[in-house]
Amino acid sequence: MRRATLKQPEGNGMKRVYQKEDVCIGCRLCEIGCVVEHSPAKDVVKAFRNASPRPEPRNIVEERGPLSFSVNCRHCDEPACLHACISGAIAKDPLTGIVGQDPEKCVGCWSCIMACPFGVIRKNGAQSKAVKCDLCAGRTIPACVEACPNRALVFEER
Amino acid sequence: MLYCAPNKKYSDFIIVRDPDKCIDCRVCARQCSYEAHVYDESTGKVFSDDTRCVGCHRCEAFCPSGALLIRQNPSEFRDNAVWKPWFIKNIYKQAETGGVLLTGMGNSYPYPVYWDKMLLDASQVTNPSIDPLREPMELKTYLGSKPDALRIDAGSGEVRLAGGFTPQIAINYPILFSAMSYGSINLNVHKGLARAAEEMGILYNTGEGGLHASLYRYGRNTIVQCASGRFGVHSEYLNAGVAVEIKIGQGAKPGIGGHLPGEKIGPEISRTRMIPVGADALSPAPHHDIYSIEDLRQLIYAIKEATDYRKLVFVKIAAVHNSAAIASGMVRAGADVITLDGFRGGTGAAPTMIRDNVGIPIEMALASVDERLRQEGIRNQASLLVAGGIRCSADVVKAIALGADAVYIGTAALISVGCTVCQRCYTGKCPWGIATNDPFLAKRINPEIAHEKLANLIRAWGHEIQEMLGGMGINAIESLRGNREKLRGIGLNESEMNILGIKHAGA
Repeated sequence: MRRATLKQPEGNGMKRVYQKEDVCIGCRLCEIGCVVEHSPAKDVVKAFRNASPRPEPRNIVEERGPLSFSVNCRHCDEPACLHACISGAIAKDPLTGIVGQDPEKCVGCWSCIMACPFGVIRKNGAQSKAVKCDLCAGRTIPACVEACPNRALVFEER
Repeated sequence: MLYCAPNKKYSDFIIVRDPDKCIDCRVCARQCSYEAHVYDESTGKVFSDDTRCVGCHRCEAFCPSGALLIRQNPSEFRDNAVWKPWFIKNIYKQAETGGVLLTGMGNSYPYPVYWDKMLLDASQVTNPSIDPLREPMELKTYLGSKPDALRIDAGSGEVRLAGGFTPQIAINYPILFSAMSYGSINLNVHKGLARAAEEMGILYNTGEGGLHASLYRYGRNTIVQCASGRFGVHSEYLNAGVAVEIKIGQGAKPGIGGHLPGEKIGPEISRTRMIPVGADALSPAPHHDIYSIEDLRQLIYAIKEATDYRKLVFVKIAAVHNSAAIASGMVRAGADVITLDGFRGGTGAAPTMIRDNVGIPIEMALASVDERLRQEGIRNQASLLVAGGIRCSADVVKAIALGADAVYIGTAALISVGCTVCQRCYTGKCPWGIATNDPFLAKRINPEIAHEKLANLIRAWGHEIQEMLGGMGINAIESLRGNREKLRGIGLNESEMNILGIKHAGA
């Protein structure tokens, strides 16, 4: 698996979402939390049934046998996606460390998706835009972490 | 449903899915280990099969949009006070399989629960009640054999106890976690139990499945069990905890052995139990070296020798008709603690007929054993632990007033970590991740969360016990022990009150 060869970025005074794969149960409630948080109404039924297009989850639960874990953007110190972006849509906030993406500038070339070593950028097919984790700006705890029923996701500085 | 045998369609539960709320997110389908929810790729929808539902409520608890409701199937056979659906459905099952009916957890028949027919006293006017938030309230309990009389040595001008005590175990709360083996429940639950016992200053019990290597560090809070299968029993194991419990019987299945199927014996359980991977773990019904009280004495002293007389020896029996006489023999055989397991005690697997029809209520067994030991003047020689259907702190207080030193909780402990008492432990597919060793399901218990919940349960019950003691004007749990004057019966007949040794309310 790719994960074994990559070291997750840590430190730099930044809180990130980390996984505890030994207690991840693969329920994917983190993905549902992410969809709801990034939907206009922020309501679970409306997000799935009414929102058009329905937002894509920005975290991805990887599964193989009993092993599973939820990955979202690592907000790398040297983001490969940022360097790959041809339209200047991706930027790393020097204060928060969050690697953000401006959908207005995204041209849907998918360069970031190809460049991301963690495979955590998705296509938002309907809009031809890439979507990625924004660490839930405005929330103290990201939605995925709060939605996890088994504390398999933690939001902390390492 | 098309290919389902007709009588299997009388499902116990129905899965009600609110189409306005269901978002087809598949969480229910991923959580259900019985495949009662199935996602259909072609339509992108989740469908349910009521016949597979065991009523564990995992899907309902996990559904993010509250779209699911699990209900008893309202479909009813023609009303009949004798041929209740339970019997009819069981006959259908057995006609299909030709096998023994299996179940999990404890007796589910509507026998009287005597805890609910006893009321506690409180102080009014003539004796002051005590506020445990302002005044000391002692819950600490010492388990172990107490001397017949205290000998005081005042010879050297300093007053000291002469002779000393046999080993005693101090527990901060009169509540211990019952024996539940590694195998019947998984290592994550054991970790939670061990850590909670350590934090709260109480004990947990390994059950008969041996002690996993990673749990030896919790030895000060561990009771190791030696049962008829002798799984995982070796010198280091016997010395790992503070006590060794010889399990003669279990409340859920008195007179019956155990059988952990070979499929559940993976590498870790195999190493811990010291049996080959994939081999059935069969616990014989009796200990084949114990056919008498004298034989029991031999094993008790063999264990005391093996542990250099530093560990307490508990002997656990199921509460049966002649418990009082047997308990007397157990004390005389050298047991430091007698454990009585009533017929509501749980299990990972038992024949349904045994679980529901064998044994007696723990309240009766406790009262008669305590009374018998007092009459014989040997009550001090052993502590008395009771197990089997302790549901709340009031049950604990009533048990202690009836004569127990402390109680064991098993089912209550499992409920605190999610169990909904669906009674399908024997399938090994516990959707709550408790009674299963499937690595996918066992992860559902996060030891850290289990630890917190178990510790909270003990903490909460501790507060309530203190309140009840304070109300009675008692400031130490020791003063309540066997204090049946603090109990009154309600709706009990003369024989029941005689056995319980209590008066009726109003008397």
